Amino acid sequence: MSRPVRLGMFLVGALGLGALLVAGLVGLPRFGDYPGPYGDLIAQLAVPQRHMVNTVTAVVFDYRGFDTMGEELLLFAAASSTALLLRETREHDTEDLVAAVRSDAVRAAGGLGAIVTLVVGLDVVAHGFITPGGGFQGGVLLAATFVFLFISTEYRAFARLAPATYAEPVESLGAGGYAVVGLAALVYGLAFLENFIGLGVPGRLSAGGSAILVNWCAGLAVCGGFLVIFGETLQENMAERYGRSTR
Amino acid sequence: MVPLQLVAVLFVGLGAPAVVLSRDLVKQAIAVAIYGFALVVLFLVYQAPDVALSALVVGSIALPLVLVSAIARVAAQGKRKGTS
Repeated sequence: MSRPVRLGMFLVGALGLGALLVAGLVGLPRFGDYPGPYGDLIAQLAVPQRHMVNTVTAVVFDYRGFDTMGEELLLFAAASSTALLLRETREHDTEDLVAAVRSDAVRAAGGLGAIVTLVVGLDVVAHGFITPGGGFQGGVLLAATFVFLFISTEYRAFARLAPATYAEPVESLGAGGYAVVGLAALVYGLAFLENFIGLGVPGRLSAGGSAILVNWCAGLAVCGGFLVIFGETLQENMAERYGRSTR
Repeated sequence: MVPLQLVAVLFVGLGAPAVVLSRDLVKQAIAVAIYGFALVVLFLVYQAPDVALSALVVGSIALPLVLVSAIARVAAQGKRKGTS
């Protein structure tokens, strides 16, 4: 295709897209406009009904807890398929691989990062029903702890502490535990994922009932899932760069 | 729109083309991380701290990490093919 023809096609496409975009932007509701009653209702009901101060997490892990289970299983499927695809084609092993970090500055910064992400991660998961946060965000932070460990020490330390042998059970425990907590409600004669523990005091760590368990399960599942994905791609890298060929 | 919101929108508006127009993959991964952080500021300024926290962990930790890891893998493969 010649340059003028391509340019012409681009212009037609750009103008069409631009026109659609402008038409769409003109039809947008006013800034800050909120028509639906759902958010207003939840904001009023979450504290008296569920004793959860942070309504966003209340929606995620209680009111719409079933949807969140789907999201969590989605991450589980993504991590599992990553592991499946990468392990199948691996040509080098990383058994006795040595790739230590030699820079003191990187070691210090990485070590500090690992401590900070571990503490903040646990805090974010635990206080999900009080302040912004919850299992998902905290889970990624907890996974980041192990990444900092890789940055500050060496690959073997990471591989020993967060290999598939630990990351996969943690992920499965989280993903399965979520469903088990949901099913446990059935034993009490309640609906799936309905609260079967005392509601606790609003604004305290005890607030939330069985959604607390669900929250921690999500944290484990997300942490494990990201570790599986990162661990697999990392091992792939290390094997390709430093590993001995097994074929 | 208060000035703070205007600045946040401006940074996001500048960040997105910067990501698209980066040609070097590693630089692009760094640009996408910074752009992710600009989004975090935007969400925070618009009073959505929960979304900001999610955007922070996904956009500034998880996504760049997977990207850099994948880029390094492809680069390593190219190097091996080049020498042997």
